[in-house]
Amino acid sequence: MAIMKANTAGATRIAMRGIRKAYPGVLALDDVDFELHGGEIHALLGENGAGKSTLIKVLTGALQRDRGEIMLDGEPVNFAKTGDAQDAGISTVYQEVNLIPAMTVTQNLTLEKTHGRFGFISWRKARAQAQQKLDRLGLKVELNRTVGSHSVAIQQMIAIARALDDDTKVLVLDEPTASLDADETAALFDVMRSLKAKGIAIVFITHFLEQVYEVSDRITVLRNGCKIGTSLIGDINRQDLIAMMIGRDLGEVEEAFAGERRDGSGEVVLTAEGVGRKRVLAPFDLTLRAGEVVGLSGLLGSGRTELVKLIFGALKHDSGTLKLANGTAGNNPRASLDAGIVLCPEDRKSEGLVGELSVRENIILSMQAKRGWLRKVSRAEQEKIADEMIRALAIATPDGEKLVRQLSGGNQQKVVLARALASSPRIMLLDEPTRGIDVGAHAEILTLIRTLCEDGLALLVASSEIDEVVASSDRVAVLRDRRKIGELTGEDITRDKIVTMIAGDNL
Amino acid sequence: MKLIEQPFVRRILNGRAIWPLLALAVILIADGFISPGFYEIRIVEGRLFGNLIDILYRAVPTALIALGMAVVIGTRGIDLSVGSIAAIAGAMIAWRIQAGDPHGVVLLYALGAGILCGMWNGMLVAFLGIQPIIATLILMVSGRGIGMLINLIYGGTDPSFQSDFLQWLSTGSILFIPTRLYVFAVIFLLLWLVIRRTALGLFVEATGGNAAASNLAGVNAKLIIFAAYLICGLTAGWAGVILTADTHTSDPVSVALYIELDAILAVVIGGGSLAGGRIYLGMTVIGALVIQALTTSILISGLPPEYNLIIKALVVLFVLVLQSDNARRGIVSKFRRSP
Ligand SMILES: Nc1ncnc2c1ncn2[C@@H]1O[C@H](COP(=O)(O)OP(=O)(O)OP(=O)(O)O)[C@@H](O)[C@H]1O
Ligand SMILES: [Mg+2]
Repeated sequence: MAIMKANTAGATRIAMRGIRKAYPGVLALDDVDFELHGGEIHALLGENGAGKSTLIKVLTGALQRDRGEIMLDGEPVNFAKTGDAQDAGISTVYQEVNLIPAMTVTQNLTLEKTHGRFGFISWRKARAQAQQKLDRLGLKVELNRTVGSHSVAIQQMIAIARALDDDTKVLVLDEPTASLDADETAALFDVMRSLKAKGIAIVFITHFLEQVYEVSDRITVLRNGCKIGTSLIGDINRQDLIAMMIGRDLGEVEEAFAGERRDGSGEVVLTAEGVGRKRVLAPFDLTLRAGEVVGLSGLLGSGRTELVKLIFGALKHDSGTLKLANGTAGNNPRASLDAGIVLCPEDRKSEGLVGELSVRENIILSMQAKRGWLRKVSRAEQEKIADEMIRALAIATPDGEKLVRQLSGGNQQKVVLARALASSPRIMLLDEPTRGIDVGAHAEILTLIRTLCEDGLALLVASSEIDEVVASSDRVAVLRDRRKIGELTGEDITRDKIVTMIAGDNL
Repeated sequence: MKLIEQPFVRRILNGRAIWPLLALAVILIADGFISPGFYEIRIVEGRLFGNLIDILYRAVPTALIALGMAVVIGTRGIDLSVGSIAAIAGAMIAWRIQAGDPHGVVLLYALGAGILCGMWNGMLVAFLGIQPIIATLILMVSGRGIGMLINLIYGGTDPSFQSDFLQWLSTGSILFIPTRLYVFAVIFLLLWLVIRRTALGLFVEATGGNAAASNLAGVNAKLIIFAAYLICGLTAGWAGVILTADTHTSDPVSVALYIELDAILAVVIGGGSLAGGRIYLGMTVIGALVIQALTTSILISGLPPEYNLIIKALVVLFVLVLQSDNARRGIVSKFRRSP
């Protein structure tokens, strides 16, 4: 420990040695070492299911390790519960945001440390403290609204704000940027850098490699429960890093897309004319064609999710008409599904998956719903479909019988996609489809989307990642302030053009 | 990913089926010590008699209601009105027999009343969005009153009745075995077919597990919830028929009193969670047997009846603690740490 490389400012804050953690049937961490220095931002990388989240849960006492030791500032520690880690100065934002949706922002932000006397809470003080926490991130949120009424991205920011504390020594962030836009990400990075300057050690988990290069000092890669290596960020290039993560070269899959865009000559499968809903989204026009990917770009809160839900009927439109190739759309999810439309929602935990059901049951759910309750998909057929999907999307699970809530975050996301695909849709509405998905799988899913398109599927993809939109769309619809402000086609689809449009500068 | 073998014993200990079965076995074995001859079975007047048969026999109404309750709890709901529904079904019988209907039709009236009650609950919960505990409390409170009003329709002073057919269903026997056990077996089988051989069970579990997600996945969550309460109303109606035919009296005030609590306990002992998302029909029946076996053993043990409820509560607590993940993990890890 004594010999430290240059550049890594502080002393060793946390040393984890020989960590082993098994879940029933799966060895998630196998003899893993991890070291974190004061004043560094340390990126923890690896494929979906590599064991990243498990490692930090072991660190914070959310899970008990089977073997190995953890030292904090040279002293061995054993956190029996997360509160102990918090008291020792380790603040954590877990991958699955664990705020209490029915409570207000203030209540959520001040849950752990309430202010007041004689057991009574002083809400005035609480609000002031909550406001201060939000200000650190430059976040403007109404304090009295419930957390559940905010978008996933805002919830993510609130969770980060909650974790930041005055006596934080170590900050752990598990995929904090998965659902954030560029602006929020930048704000978060500013905060991270200023904390780092104060000597705080930060663990940062992400699947965005640009962000790794932008903000981190060192990286540690896990693969399949084993530690592959640690390196200074300057010492490793992108190719090698990916090879370390997935154990092979990725090839140039991603670049392959940007090439041709299709001209939109396919048959029109859906037309929205003046579809909108008061106070949710101004009336918009949109057509989807077979074999075409339409990207949906816009800032957080610009109405991306709402547009997708209006088309699916999860939100009812109160103006305009929604026409399908074979009639009017039904204006509710059930009817949409029958008409061959399927939605992958943005928030996989609350709207996407049934955590207590198995991977198999989740995958066939939409397909079964489409068939109706009387014509049950036989067990054999269910298993066949589930196995096919598990293979096609490389879902890391021993078999289809594992409960979905026991999968790693990225693998859960894949199950959402698998369920949509299994219902053999003609129109797919994807809201942040690659949220939390690793580099390798990301490329594979984009390829899959491409192939499906060639087979005549129509796709609408809402995404906060502008690069992804640029790379995969044939046409891009841009939203701003709950209004569709235009479309880009062909040559016009560039990062710059989209950014200018969503930022609101006149073209 | 790295797979590891789980030792057989750990798998069993982690399983949910073992504890209720074990509890039942322990109770029955203890009975053997308390009362010699506990396991004796005799044939009297062409029907089997004995403590074991008695437990099965008496468990039928609770088990029937528990089956419906299991489905409702699967949707993350609860039905407190089952006892009242049984009372209404019983009042229906007395009234229609008084009115001179054929007794087969009387049975349909009683079951129909159960279904209607279930539909009422289902409508309140699924379509009006009222919380299950409140929605079913309405019928729980008013249902016995409704039963008394039905009695009043025809004078109500003398609500007892004679019906060979209904009594045969409840207390008769076929080939030495009580008829109600056949009735129960048929209902269990039909319900199992509806739940497991169609996709209804999956939809109920999906809805109970995450209603919003199921809805977006295309499951008609409201209809599923409605159906669950309907099924529960029907099984409660059946329990009402069996209980009322047993006493040949419509007694809305006291028939099936507190049966909702036993039914809920049976579901929970069977491994069902009030958080919804899972239906275990077979284990629910075991749960009902555990409760009945306990009641019977306290009776034969000669303990003063005051102890009855306390002992019942203790045993139930014990089973539930063993089933809780946390407690079990604690116990299992003791095993593992010892070497
Ligand atoms: N509660 C659980 N029960 C059983 N297995 C689990 C549980 N949680 C995680 N696992 C398994 O442990 C492995 C590691 O999961 P982990 O969540 O640490 O992955 P991760 O690296 O965070 O992945 P991601 O990038 O997708 O978030 C996975 O194979 C996962 O299926
Ligand atoms: Mg994770």
